[in-house]
Amino acid sequence: MAAEAPSLRRSLPARGWRLFGRWGGAAWEYAPALVLLAALVGLWELFVQVLDTRPYILPAPSAIWEALLDKGHLLPNHIQATATEAILGLLAAAAGGVLLAVVISSIPLARRVLYPIIVTSQTVPAIVLAPLLMVWVGIGLESKLIVVALVGFFPIVVSTVDGLASADRDMVALVRSMGASRIDELRHVLIPSAIPGFFAGLKIAAAYSVIGAVIAEWVAAKEGLGIFIIRSQASFRIDQIFVAIGVIALLSIALFVAVHLLARVASPWKYANEKGENGS
Amino acid sequence: MLEAAVAIRGLRHTFPGDRPVEVLDGVDLEAAPGAFVSLVGPSGCGKSTLLQVLAGLLVPDAGESLIEGRSTVGEPGLAAYMPQKDLLLPWRKAIGNAVLGAEIAGVGKEAAREQAMALLERFGLTGFESAWPSQLSGGMRQRLALLRTFLVPRHLLLLDEPFGALDAITRREMHQWLQEVWATDARTVLFVTHDVEEALILSDVVYVMTPRPARMAARFEVDYPRPRRPEIVTDPAFVADKARLLAALDAPTQRQAGVPTPPPRWDRLRACSEKPADEL
Repeated sequence: MAAEAPSLRRSLPARGWRLFGRWGGAAWEYAPALVLLAALVGLWELFVQVLDTRPYILPAPSAIWEALLDKGHLLPNHIQATATEAILGLLAAAAGGVLLAVVISSIPLARRVLYPIIVTSQTVPAIVLAPLLMVWVGIGLESKLIVVALVGFFPIVVSTVDGLASADRDMVALVRSMGASRIDELRHVLIPSAIPGFFAGLKIAAAYSVIGAVIAEWVAAKEGLGIFIIRSQASFRIDQIFVAIGVIALLSIALFVAVHLLARVASPWKYANEKGENGS
Repeated sequence: MLEAAVAIRGLRHTFPGDRPVEVLDGVDLEAAPGAFVSLVGPSGCGKSTLLQVLAGLLVPDAGESLIEGRSTVGEPGLAAYMPQKDLLLPWRKAIGNAVLGAEIAGVGKEAAREQAMALLERFGLTGFESAWPSQLSGGMRQRLALLRTFLVPRHLLLLDEPFGALDAITRREMHQWLQEVWATDARTVLFVTHDVEEALILSDVVYVMTPRPARMAARFEVDYPRPRRPEIVTDPAFVADKARLLAALDAPTQRQAGVPTPPPRWDRLRACSEKPADEL
C-alpha cells in the first residue's frame, strides 16, 4: 500500500496536463478541415456576388447568416423537437439492436431466420415508410421514433453481432475452466468483447438519426427542423433552408461526438496506452 | 494411502476431421497431493490436450481423468488452469484480472480483492494493481496470469508452459520465484514444458511423453534437496540426469524412423531418486 500513494500523486497533475494537450492536439488535427471549409464558404460568397444569383435560387452565405439572425428565435423549439426524436429514437435503436444481436449470436436458427429479414428491412427507404407509419401510429412522437430507430438499428445489430463473434474463444474456454456459467461467459468475455463493435455501430446510427427524424417530420409534424424546411420552401425562403441544413449538420456532429465520448468512457482500456505514453 | 490428486488412466483422444489426428494413445499419469509434477514432451505431442481434459474443456474418446477421485469429463472447474497464452481480459485492470477466477468460483469480491492485494508483492506486481494489461511487460503479464491461477480456490494447478514466451534470464528468475511461491502454498502442480532443465529444477516427478500419438515414455523421480538454486544446472549429477531425460525424450523418435517400438521404460529411469542427497 505504501508504494501506491506516491505513484498516484505523481499521476494526477500529469493526467491533467495530458488532457489539456489532447484538446490542443485535437484543435490542430481539425484545423486543415476548418480552413478548407472557410475557403469553400468564401468561394461561394464570391460566386453569388459576382454572378448576382437570385436569392430564391442560391443565397449567399452572408444572406444565410442574416436569415439566422432574423429567424433564429424560431429555431430552439424546432431543434428541441428534432433532437428529442433523434436521441430517443437512437436509444430505441440501441436497445432493439443489442437485443437482436444477442438473439442472433446465441441462437443459430435465429441468425438464419432474422438476418435476411433485417437486411430486407433496410431496402425500404425511410421516406416511403414514414407516411405509412403516420397512418398507422399518428403524427406524434411515436412515428418519428420508429423511423429513427429503423434507420439506426441496422448498423448496431451488424457491428454488435460481429463484436460478439470476435470474442476470443480461448478466453471463453478459460472462464469455462473456472466453472463459469453461460451468464458468466456473457458477462466476463462476450459482452466486453462486443462493446467496441457496438459503439462503432452506434456512431453510424447517431450520424443518421437526425436525418431520420427530419425525414419523418417532412411527412407530417407540428414542430421540428423538417417542418421548418417545408414551411421555408413554401415561402421561397431558400436562405432559411440553408440555416436548417447547417443546424442539422451541427446536431448530427454533436450526437456523433457525444457517442464517441461515451465510447471512450465505456471502453477505457482501448485508450489506456494513448494516455499512458508519457507515463511509466 | 492418500487419494491421488490426479489420476489418469488409459486416456485416448483423436481430433476428428478430414485427416483425423490421433493425439493421446493410452496415457497414464498419477500425481500425489502436494507434488510438483512436470510433463515433458516434443512440441505438439498432446501435453496441452491432456491439460484441457483435466480442465474439463475437452471430452476424451476413452479413459479416465480424475481429480481427487472426481471425473473431469465434461466437468470444468475442478482445477485452476493456466493456458499457454496469458489470456488476460483487456477490459479488466490488473487487480480485476487477478480475482477473475476467484470471483467466478464464488469467493466474495471484497475477500478476493484482499487476497490478491496481499499476494501482489510476492508476484512482483506492487503498484500495478490498477494498470491495464496492455501496459504490463511480458513477464508481468505472465506473473499476473499465474496470480489469477493461484487465486482460483482449487487444490490442483494446471500450468501449460507458463514461461514458454519469456527470455532465458527472466525465466531463470521465474524458476526461483515459482519455487518460493509453491513452497508456501502446498498445492499440487501439473506443469507442462518442453524444457528439460526447467522440469528438473522445479519438479518432484517428471513424466516424459512420446511424440504424437502420445504415451508415457518414462517417469523420473527428482529428489534434489530444495530450494534448488540456479547453479544446480552445472552440477555433474544434474547434468547426468538431464542427459538421461533427454535420452528418454529422444528414444521414441526412432519409432518414427521405422525402428520397432521399444517397451515402455517405466522403471528403468528412476536414477535421480537412487542418488544420496549429499552427492549434490
